[in-house]
Amino acid sequence: MDTTATIPHPPRSRAMQWPGPRSAPILLLAPFLVLFACFLIVPLAYALVLSLFRDTLAGGTSFSGLQNYIDVLGDTNFWSGIAHMALFGLFQVPVMLALALAIAIMLDRGTIWFRNAFRLAFFVPYAVPSVVATLIWGYLYGPSFGPFTQAAHALGIPAPDFLSSHWMLASLANVVTWEYVGYNMIILYSALQAVPAELSEAAVMDGASPWQIALRVKVPSIRGAIVLTLIFSVIGTLQLFNEPQLLHAISPSVIGDHYTPNVYAYALAFTDQQYNYSAAVSFVLGAVIAVISYLFMLGTREGGTS
Amino acid sequence: MKKIHRRSLLAASAFAALAPRARAAEPVTLTVWSWLPNLQVELDMCTAANPGLKFQLTNAGQAGPEYAKLRTALKAGTGAPDIVQLELDMVRSFAQVRGLADLAQLGMADMSAQYVPYTWQEVTEGRRINALPWDSGPMGQIYREDIAKAHGFEPPRTWDEFADAAKALRKTSPDTYLTNATFSDGGWVTGLLWQAGWRPFQVDGDHLTIRIKSDATQRFAAYWQKLIDARAVDTSAGFTTDWYQSLARGRYAIWLTAAWGPVFLSQFAQSSAGKWRAALLPQWNAAAPSNGNYGGSALAITATSQHKQEAATAIRWLLGQSAPARAFASKQFLFPVLDSLLKDQSFLDTPYPFFGGQAANQVFAKASSQVGTDFQWSPFNDYFVAQIGNECGAVASSGGSLEGAFDTLQARVVRFARQQGFTVAT
Repeated sequence: MDTTATIPHPPRSRAMQWPGPRSAPILLLAPFLVLFACFLIVPLAYALVLSLFRDTLAGGTSFSGLQNYIDVLGDTNFWSGIAHMALFGLFQVPVMLALALAIAIMLDRGTIWFRNAFRLAFFVPYAVPSVVATLIWGYLYGPSFGPFTQAAHALGIPAPDFLSSHWMLASLANVVTWEYVGYNMIILYSALQAVPAELSEAAVMDGASPWQIALRVKVPSIRGAIVLTLIFSVIGTLQLFNEPQLLHAISPSVIGDHYTPNVYAYALAFTDQQYNYSAAVSFVLGAVIAVISYLFMLGTREGGTS
Repeated sequence: MKKIHRRSLLAASAFAALAPRARAAEPVTLTVWSWLPNLQVELDMCTAANPGLKFQLTNAGQAGPEYAKLRTALKAGTGAPDIVQLELDMVRSFAQVRGLADLAQLGMADMSAQYVPYTWQEVTEGRRINALPWDSGPMGQIYREDIAKAHGFEPPRTWDEFADAAKALRKTSPDTYLTNATFSDGGWVTGLLWQAGWRPFQVDGDHLTIRIKSDATQRFAAYWQKLIDARAVDTSAGFTTDWYQSLARGRYAIWLTAAWGPVFLSQFAQSSAGKWRAALLPQWNAAAPSNGNYGGSALAITATSQHKQEAATAIRWLLGQSAPARAFASKQFLFPVLDSLLKDQSFLDTPYPFFGGQAANQVFAKASSQVGTDFQWSPFNDYFVAQIGNECGAVASSGGSLEGAFDTLQARVVRFARQQGFTVAT
């Protein structure tokens, strides 16, 4: 768009002329920096130090270098958790984002009645804490007396056991989708609202159908927002903890102590007392997430929306 | 910090106005972590009897969540309470990380004769006393008398009778199971194996003998495998909404549980009140009855406590005197560990309307006397119990061999113990 070229840049010197002492930016940033250091940098550094040692119940503490990391790389429990979540994400993330996008487009078209009420209704599940949401769904899934089972009995059809090993990933995916569709929808909806109306108007002039406008004009315009929700979702998936941890109480024999990488890290630290190894697991998980997120960024960059 | 208190307290109080910082004049406030409802009642009784002792009670979560906080506080060196509730099976694990004061050095060695021997064994190592027993969970069965009558079975006295009844009930009544076997609950599995003669650990300091796989597990695995394969028992998880409903609505005829089970059940299964009865656990050999323990807890004093002597006075009173023991038994329905209370007629004869007026305590008092006394817990019990639940639970839900699960457990726990720096014999 060459219109941007005509807007003059603000003179650079203005930033230099800003009055007040040089310490002002530091002062203004200080609250953030202090909290950031206390609650992110220091714990991370501490965890990193922990991960280089090995503290045993009978043998005491000793420096072990990278041994914990080497063990994690060969730990089938850890990788099976990653594999679980990869399978989970492969299905759950596209379904959730497609739903969120569809709802956002519907709301954005403006032909829908009670738009604000609907928008709120879709968003409400996100306001329910995931712990509560999982407890609700855990009850609904109940294999003997849950409402689904009762309904199936009333209709005389066999009830699926949502908490069995066959269904568990799908049941979890359903809970997570229910929780986060609204959240993603809001991000996409805001992005849609920012798409200039002229684009749609021009498309209408050119004889585009509503479907074509949605898919060919609007969706490409909010590509950046879609990539953002995608990356958030992938990260969220790999870090899944609350939902499996709570369903563990309902179905402990299906969700073991290493169903997801974070559940595994938690069990290692708080059940097995292997804090050091747990720290190493967390760092490797962090690295896996960073690599996957980076690959996603690379894969979605072409086109230049960044 | 020897016995200065009561006397010097009076003397010091005379000077209190002159010397406001005189420490002895101040009653000591002890911090207590416990998840027992209404414990404040007994703590107030303790304060009334010992005016120098005040308490600040915190519910830091039941079992697991409390242990996570306690571990953190012990590692940090501050923040742990003076007195803490631990389940009996966890006492040795906290002693292993040097988190508990030795009560023998606080003058409690004379307490041993007062308690049921197997509970005393659970809280001691040689001469060391890690905690005082608070309540216990000798196992038994509670069953629906109406279902038993309708299907013509008595509460099974042996495991053979139990298996026959389980299969028979499946044939006549497809909506009812004789029982639900909660294999994902490691504590439940341990209690039943304890009865079968299982002694997985011998602990001698940092030297462990680990025999998880044994004749007891072989017999246990073969027995339950048959029932699982025949679908003669349900194998859902326990303590879920569905499970509570199943018990309340008569989907399960028997709950294999512990002495705390009856009162626990009455809290959520009121709709079936009056239909339940208690009986002894089925036996492997009716001529030589034995039993195991499932649950129960203790009070310990933390190693970081600044008021160990006062805390010792407190728990000695709370867990040694008959007045608080009676209150725990009658108000909170903790199953007693004091021998004297277990022989007390008014305790034994208390009728329970929930059990159709049955004096259920008599059944569990007898069950308590049959529990094997030489059972030892590992120094890493939460790991151990979690692993049992994982392995046995996986077999129950997804198929596989229960005997194989114990092979896996033996190898895994030995490896874990060696990694943790123990010397291990098998």
